[in-house]
Amino acid sequence: MTSTNYAYLSNYAIYSAMVLYTIAFFAHSIEVAFSVRSDEVKTKFDFARTDRAGRIGSAMIFLAFIFIFIGVIFRGISAHRVPWGNMYEFSITGALAFTGAYLVALWKYKLRWLGLPVSIAVLLTLGTAITVLYRPSAPLVPALKSTWLAIHVSAAIASGGVFLLANCIAATYLILDSYESKGLPRPNWAKQLPSLESLDQLSYRLVAFVFPLWTFAVIAGAIWAESAWGRYWGWDPKETWAFITWVAYAAYLHARVTVGWRGRKAAWLCLFAGSTFLFNYIYVNIWGTGRHTYSGL
Amino acid sequence: MSTPQLSNFALLRWAWRQLTSMRTALLLLLLLGFAAIPGSLFPQRTQNPMKVTEYFTNNPGLAKWLDRLRLFDVYSSPWFSAIYLLLFISLIGCVLPRTIEHLKAIGAKPPLTPKFLDRMEYPTSVEVPKDQALDLAEKYLRSKRFRIRRDAESISAEKGYSRETGNLLFHLSLILILVGVGIGSLFGSKGEAIVSVGDRFINTPTSYDNLAFGKFQSEGSLIPFALTVTDFKATYDIKTNAPSDYKLSVLAANPIGAKEVAKVIKVNSPLTYGNTKIYLQANGYSPLVTVRDKSGKVTFQGGTVFLPQDGNLTSSGAIKLPDMKPQIGFVASFVPTYDRSNKRGAFSAFPEVLDPRLLVSVWTGNLGLDSGRPQSVYRVDTSNMTRIGLAQLALHQTYKFSEGSITFEGWKPWVNLQIVDDPGKMYALFGAIFAILGLLLSLFTRQRRIWVKVSDRVEIAGLAKNAAPGLAKEISDLKIKLEGK
Repeated sequence: MTSTNYAYLSNYAIYSAMVLYTIAFFAHSIEVAFSVRSDEVKTKFDFARTDRAGRIGSAMIFLAFIFIFIGVIFRGISAHRVPWGNMYEFSITGALAFTGAYLVALWKYKLRWLGLPVSIAVLLTLGTAITVLYRPSAPLVPALKSTWLAIHVSAAIASGGVFLLANCIAATYLILDSYESKGLPRPNWAKQLPSLESLDQLSYRLVAFVFPLWTFAVIAGAIWAESAWGRYWGWDPKETWAFITWVAYAAYLHARVTVGWRGRKAAWLCLFAGSTFLFNYIYVNIWGTGRHTYSGL
Repeated sequence: MSTPQLSNFALLRWAWRQLTSMRTALLLLLLLGFAAIPGSLFPQRTQNPMKVTEYFTNNPGLAKWLDRLRLFDVYSSPWFSAIYLLLFISLIGCVLPRTIEHLKAIGAKPPLTPKFLDRMEYPTSVEVPKDQALDLAEKYLRSKRFRIRRDAESISAEKGYSRETGNLLFHLSLILILVGVGIGSLFGSKGEAIVSVGDRFINTPTSYDNLAFGKFQSEGSLIPFALTVTDFKATYDIKTNAPSDYKLSVLAANPIGAKEVAKVIKVNSPLTYGNTKIYLQANGYSPLVTVRDKSGKVTFQGGTVFLPQDGNLTSSGAIKLPDMKPQIGFVASFVPTYDRSNKRGAFSAFPEVLDPRLLVSVWTGNLGLDSGRPQSVYRVDTSNMTRIGLAQLALHQTYKFSEGSITFEGWKPWVNLQIVDDPGKMYALFGAIFAILGLLLSLFTRQRRIWVKVSDRVEIAGLAKNAAPGLAKEISDLKIKLEGK
């Protein structure tokens, strides 16, 4: 097969993943909307049947993971390199990492209630990627030709996926907390969700798990920068924001472990730290200056 | 009334306590994050001095105020330095006493068993003969590598000291990174030089276009090597025009006079001599021209470095001839692959030289080189000059103007070498490696205690630091073991 064929196959795989995710989105919507038989409204769905909708959702997300994986691999084959050369490629790999993080969390912590926000987030990511960010498959610029590309970018993308998952959980915590602190019952869609305490713990555990990986991503970037740009740290906008993200998560971990922050305050700090990561990804890549502007836009 | 001496001391001690408290450290850490933000929003002198100048031209009033607040040099500003220095003093004040305490704790036994185990986590009583309970428990807990304190009627066991070891290692490593950064900036040097193909670069201060030394370093520290640039090859992707490879070939001698060795420098593989590295940073073209005066005598022959203006290496520069009478200046553009549009005029369509043109406008008058004001070599100050001609030259064409002529003879590529001496980077690297190891150790070790107590019955209970998971299972495993099931 030629490079162009692989590029087409990669695009088809990404489109297919989007279709699968759309199905997952509807399945999870049905699951959430009808899973609870409230006292006032009798719905015709019962628990067993929405459970099936949820299972369909999970299965679709699993299939979508495989398709995004194929999409990423074929993209790499078509360009004869690791598929992390521009923002389209970062985005599809990011969607892969985020889906992967969700699936692992689903398997370990029974997180199916996150299926709906995850489907929305990934659909938005892939949608923007294929419409706005898409660039034809091309070779790398010399600065990116390094083994560190694979190491640095994969670590950064994987940590990003987990950070965002932790953010979804922290946001859910804050929404539910606003009900419970007013003494209101949880809304119907949230009745299946775990207790506030376990949401709080879960987002902490995700961050604590992935913080060393993020540290490693920053350090790998520094080592690479030393060999490509002549300095290991130069306060390039991307480096600055990676540092800010690192500081924010370090503060979050300290706030929890040493000062004993829990609940709402910790969730806000977690959201803040996650948003510095997103800002770095979107703003610095597209509008920023400096040496990390590889978006190809 | 207390003596002022004492109250000063008390004040100092109070200040030290405040500074080294966890809350202050956390605040300083967050503050450092916020303080780093403006540096990514405003152009910085260290990275992009041109952008700063541009900012001054566009918003002179605002720029003056931003400059007073050091917002164009955020990372070397007093307020940024103040935050990180305070943070590191706070860190040292926090970590050193804890290290000493931890070293003592490693040698010590776990603390005494608390009086009331039912106030701890997972308290339960065990069905086991009282006289065997402690022996069995000790054997089991030792096999699980707990440290044990055995008293007459109880066992206090603790595991997971490496959590604190990792924690301290992490923070000490951060200090090591800062030491590395400090050594690099005090004892290092960094400079850039543009070298054309065929030219020789000798590592002395005069060879550099710009060179900066650390506070404790001076000219004598440059290692005496010499490079001759033999070839530079840039390849570009024909679909996207993006560069796909740069390859610089040099003959290197270290020290000068030693046997010359052929070396290749690429973007991700600099040439290394100890702590000094030579990087390939940028490249461009020098058009070669011959200038003659009215009588036909050659007044200038050779290459002039032009600066790239876009990705396709449309380059602009200046050729100045102060010795001609009257003085002549050429404001010129070099276009490696010629194309033109109504909107942009002549521009380059591809970064390689396929169909080159030299665009010149000829100026005569006073170049202003004697005014004492520093001038850019890439620009002609035309304020005291008049334009006497405009031309577009293909290769080997000559343009005649009233004071003489210019011939476009060819071109040669140049490269921008960055030469960096950073003696601190190994410390920073080791600091970084230890920091990650420490972080892994501290985040993935659980510290917990388990107690076994014999009174009128046998009780066990535990306590996990930071509500780390898994203690419940350990307690129930111990219970099963003791009950012999």
